[in-house]
Amino acid sequence: MPGSAGRDASAYGVGVAFARCDDGYTPDVHEAAETRETREAGEAGVASGATEAMEATEAKLTLTVDGSARTVTVDTRTSLLDALRERLGVTSPKKGCDHGQCGACTVLLDGRRTLSCLSLAVAQQGRDVVTASGLDDSGDLHPMQEAFVEHDALQCGYCTPGQICSAVGVLEEAAAGHPSLVTDPDVPAGSAVPLTDDEIRERMSGNLCRCGAYVDIVAAIRDVAAQRPPVPSR
Amino acid sequence: MTLTGTPPAVGTAVGPAVGPAVGRGVRRLDGRVKVRGMARYAFEQLAESPAYLHLLQSTVARGRVSDVDASEAEALEGVLLVLTHLNSPKLADTSDGEYTVLQSPGVAFRGQIVGCVVATSPEVARHGAELVRIRYDEHPHDTRLREDDPDLYAPDEVNASFPTDTDEGPVEEALRSSAVVVDQRYSTPMEHNNPMEPHSCIATWDESQERPTLTVYDSTQGAHGVASTLAKVLGLAQQDVRVISPYVGGGFGSKGLPHAHNVLVALAARTLPGRPVKLALTRQQMFFLAGYRTPTLQRVRIGADADGRITGLVHEAVEQTSRIKEFAEQTTVVSRNMYAARARRTSHRLAALDVPVPSWMRAPGEAPGMYGLEHAMDELAEACGLDPVELRIRNDPPADPETGKPWSGRHLVECLRVGAERFGWSRRGPTGSRRDGDWLVGFGVASSTYPGNVMPGSVARVRYGGRGHYAVHIGAADIGTGSWTALNQVAADALGLAMNRVHLEIGDTALPMATVEGGSSGMASHGSAILEACRRFREEHGESPEPGATTESAAAEHPEAKEYATHSYGAQFVEVRVDADTGEVRVPRMVGVFSCGRIVNPRTARSQFRGGMVWGLSMALFEHSIVDHRFGHVMNHDLADYHVPTNADVVDIDVSWLDETDLHLNPLGVRGIGEIGITGTAAAVASAVHNATGIRVRDLPITPDTLVR
Ligand code: FES
Ligand code: FES
Repeated sequence: MPGSAGRDASAYGVGVAFARCDDGYTPDVHEAAETRETREAGEAGVASGATEAMEATEAKLTLTVDGSARTVTVDTRTSLLDALRERLGVTSPKKGCDHGQCGACTVLLDGRRTLSCLSLAVAQQGRDVVTASGLDDSGDLHPMQEAFVEHDALQCGYCTPGQICSAVGVLEEAAAGHPSLVTDPDVPAGSAVPLTDDEIRERMSGNLCRCGAYVDIVAAIRDVAAQRPPVPSR
Repeated sequence: MTLTGTPPAVGTAVGPAVGPAVGRGVRRLDGRVKVRGMARYAFEQLAESPAYLHLLQSTVARGRVSDVDASEAEALEGVLLVLTHLNSPKLADTSDGEYTVLQSPGVAFRGQIVGCVVATSPEVARHGAELVRIRYDEHPHDTRLREDDPDLYAPDEVNASFPTDTDEGPVEEALRSSAVVVDQRYSTPMEHNNPMEPHSCIATWDESQERPTLTVYDSTQGAHGVASTLAKVLGLAQQDVRVISPYVGGGFGSKGLPHAHNVLVALAARTLPGRPVKLALTRQQMFFLAGYRTPTLQRVRIGADADGRITGLVHEAVEQTSRIKEFAEQTTVVSRNMYAARARRTSHRLAALDVPVPSWMRAPGEAPGMYGLEHAMDELAEACGLDPVELRIRNDPPADPETGKPWSGRHLVECLRVGAERFGWSRRGPTGSRRDGDWLVGFGVASSTYPGNVMPGSVARVRYGGRGHYAVHIGAADIGTGSWTALNQVAADALGLAMNRVHLEIGDTALPMATVEGGSSGMASHGSAILEACRRFREEHGESPEPGATTESAAAEHPEAKEYATHSYGAQFVEVRVDADTGEVRVPRMVGVFSCGRIVNPRTARSQFRGGMVWGLSMALFEHSIVDHRFGHVMNHDLADYHVPTNADVVDIDVSWLDETDLHLNPLGVRGIGEIGITGTAAAVASAVHNATGIRVRDLPITPDTLVR
């Protein structure tokens, strides 16, 4: 844990951007902290909580997280969410309830949106997990993320990675012709479902936002859906 | 998107804050990291070899712990510590019952912390917690709030230091001689803040130096407040406690003050020096330990003459508090100056029950109080045969009825008129007159208000780093409010710089002191400190400072503020559709118009207003913590059963504001925007439901069962 009481702010990472003013300007304190902490997380290997005990209940698994193969030993009771956050240092998916009631932990598991708090880590051997931090492998923002920033579809940001994974999943599901409760029954089975505002609201209702950014979340998704009209599935 | 306006009422000349950045809808600076999930919230901060804490909570609502058997838990591999009152370190200060954790076997409410298990992994900690056997001597408890509770008492004052009662003019006489009198009871239920990010901390106690130090990553609206509380309770020097909180996943008041878990995690860290201890409350635990909105039982009496002019107004509230700490919400304070009543009486009475400690929840006081008052106004309009918009316009006071002071800028009437126009209020039909298929359609309206608050004590630091870049430091918080962005805008303009030359840092007690991000006071308090520090920096160091040049300053004195009554106002219009068979209520359209002084960032401000209105909608239709009085706990203590709006519940929210700058309160001309959006909304929904159905639902929330006849 970097930083202890009374030390200068720069010990923790506030101060990073400023400290860099002299030697190479980093434009954004948030980006600066991100880069630095991501690097440190990689180096430190993060929470090594599982090292002291519990052989009998442990299991080892390998899965792909945001494009990288990761091998991890977990207590067999560990959820995928806790494995990502507490063992692998991947904190993009958030824990809002741990009970499948809020959507903050949503990731794309083999391309489909999934509540990682309701998934046991040991069941994910060999599977592909994409979090909001890995949606764009160039390290840039995915168009959905751009749209969220542009529409200010977030406030505290805690539900946001889950909202975004969910929204990306919604585009795929609609394109693949998955109906929702509000889908016009006359849309032929298997053909792409147009993403009306009602469709977006219905399909996004598993992701709570206590800050109440829903109007802007719908606007962001509407924009991206319009840029990428649903193609009929094969 | 420039929105700098001409002040409708002029005070001092427009200050240096007006510039290219303030008033512009700049994209959220922390947006990029947040949409990728790379902003590290408290529990996500790096910690080497952390230990995990799981709480033990009392299973009785009142009594004493009679026996603790921790042997099985202690024998579990990976368990590092089982802490209860039997082995807890002693606290230095026990004057606040909420923070007096594990100091005695006493239990004052169901779910109170009676211990914890700390282990090497979260799974083992939770398993260990299940193995600790605690027995209790159970005493009879009382958790039910009643208007006729013989033990009701008047607190010395209510929240935010308002007088408990006021009595102005011969109100009973006024009511007796009024042509029209409304006399009704309204109630609002217990509600829980439920920010999406659970209350979380990582605490490390370090004994390697001469004096012990404590470092806490915390999810808080006020790092400095947490540090000073922990220092006092634990007997540490203030400078030996550091609290860090760069990103906060919502607070809504529940993270405005530290709670018992902050003390617990510090006690555990102290017992395991050198080892970071992590604690995140579970969603269920948050319903016991993170504060909540007290239920209120209100009675409102309003008398008016035949033209609808109010002659007398009485607003009384009964609320609950805990036995270990008093919190008295200022429910009826809004009625002291909202309308031009010649005679007014307001009061608050409390019942101390065997319940968790209530605390701040978005617009404490104003939110429930404006529900009661504004619903009564709707009933008064009906009784007088007046349009509810017109009734409010007729009762707009020219000066503050309570103090006689001039308004710093009261534009309620304008908000009502602009809102009526935007909404299409003229199309409202008589009660029960509109039907569209299975849906009964109704329109409703209510006023909003929130005081303009500035908290003294914040300090900002400006330092020149060279090459044209400046650091601006203040220990403020961004809980979704947009402070990261808006404070940067203020600093950029005050220094005469482009925004990317300013490097703002907040959320850390190693930065200069900032007051809590609460009471909608953040911009007025922290922004004003930044403004003054920047001004003085230029005064002391000029336009071409030496690298390292530094200035620290509090906000400038603004004595003028005392001469005015400073409040924000708004008007909310709502369309509801009520299913004639099931009683389901849908809200397809909401319009809010606000007058809050200068708007620093229209893009993030719109989100604040919208968010507030979503909260108001939520209060109207959904939120209700239901207590099982046999056992004293909230039964629906999770997000499946405690309902908040989902995406499908929110359709169209139109937000706008008057172009305005109020320089009477502070040199930035702002009055705060975080809370006003929730005030009045529930009354507007109730008004619309009545217009649609003819049914008055006076006890929130308005659920389908209240409408099926
Ligand atoms: S944390 Fe998984 S749904 Fe809430
Ligand atoms: S942005 Fe705060 S919960 Fe959605």
